[in-house]
Amino acid sequence: MEPAVQLRGAVTLLGRFPALAGIDLDVAAGEIVLLRGPNGAGKTTLLRLCAGLLPLARGEGRVLGHDLSDRRQARALRTRVGLLGHATGLYDELTVADNVRFWGRAAGADAADVAAALAGCGLDGRLRDVPVAALSAGQRRRTSLACLVARRPELWLLDEPHAGLDHDGRELLDDLVQRAVDAGATVLLASHDLERAEALAHRVVTLAGGTTGAEPPPGRGRVGPEEVALVP
Amino acid sequence: MFRDAGLVAGKDLRIELRSQVTMQQVFPFAVLVLILFGIALDPDRGFLGRASAGLFWVTVLFCALLAIQRAFTIESADGGRDALRLSGLDPAGIFLGKAAAIAVQLLAIEAVLAVGVVVMYGTEVTGVPLLVATIAAATAGLAAAGTLYGVLAAGLRVRETLLPILLLPVLSPVLIGATEAFEAALGGAATDGWPWLGLLVVFALLYLAFGTLAFGTLLEES
Repeated sequence: MEPAVQLRGAVTLLGRFPALAGIDLDVAAGEIVLLRGPNGAGKTTLLRLCAGLLPLARGEGRVLGHDLSDRRQARALRTRVGLLGHATGLYDELTVADNVRFWGRAAGADAADVAAALAGCGLDGRLRDVPVAALSAGQRRRTSLACLVARRPELWLLDEPHAGLDHDGRELLDDLVQRAVDAGATVLLASHDLERAEALAHRVVTLAGGTTGAEPPPGRGRVGPEEVALVP
Repeated sequence: MFRDAGLVAGKDLRIELRSQVTMQQVFPFAVLVLILFGIALDPDRGFLGRASAGLFWVTVLFCALLAIQRAFTIESADGGRDALRLSGLDPAGIFLGKAAAIAVQLLAIEAVLAVGVVVMYGTEVTGVPLLVATIAAATAGLAAAGTLYGVLAAGLRVRETLLPILLLPVLSPVLIGATEAFEAALGGAATDGWPWLGLLVVFALLYLAFGTLAFGTLLEES
């Protein structure tokens, strides 16, 4: 089966600065891969590249079979991925339900998908009709997550997904990710919350200076030349 | 495309209804500009009545700048622009939806301004068919061109100051055509106004067509 993500010497420029300086990465369909590395390592840029939001300057890249060097294909890819980034993309004036309905319907979701996403993220109670401007950071995060769930993406790109969530929210997120993978989705996540993210991930890939390397976490064995399996 | 346009227009109008920016800020601004014109040009109602067509459309132009700025400010907050790019919405649908929402707001503003002009400047309304057709065509042109230049400026840090500089010269044919058509209608010589209406229709169609084709590229590149 073709990998969900396949990058070879991928270079992405932010202005003239190479934010990714030759990334090699394979992510199999149905896998959860944790990207880790210090601030500025290129984790967010890598996720945005895989979402089709940033152009591939050099190298080769295929995500869900879409060639990233072809702009049309990269745009077509966007409907199949869900990106949970630092920014939520929510409209403050609209309610939680309005936001999830809008972003869900934009991706072709129907009313049942939207209702399921709200319920799945614990937003079907009193929060449903609260304007986003009145939400806490964690509640906004949950709303953003519900927007992603309503889209039913094949590739989940999660950038610091646990940030701002309380304990229940983190448990809920992990459960949603696991259920998405059980349903056939692939997950690429970047996190500094290593303990929780490593427990969720099948594999860890370390980024430094815009390139991939890897190191085994304590007590785990190296299974590949660059990557590390966390599955027992 | 039209499904996406309806989705985006509905969302933008719902945001405006909830935020009340148009009602509470743009409407008062429009009336204030009419009053200031009245004060600046002396309360000589004869002159104000004769100049009312131009004053009406200059005020509409100022209000259009506010509505266009607002339409893209809501997309700039908290990563909305990237969310739109990822959304799966047809860029042409986004363009038409945003233009439709701006047009609805402009029509509401123009209704308020029309009442203001009649009450404050003592303008007598004649040639209603031409007035209505002019409003429809000019509003479509303002909204289409405004949406196109709005997305062009939206990605820039200096968008608030840049947009008027970019947009006002582009909209000058609308100002001229709509003012001439209005003057013809209000002066009881409607036949002189129809060619100007033709100019407005061509302007609107050109920008609607160009925006439908180019909005996706501008959303990506600007």
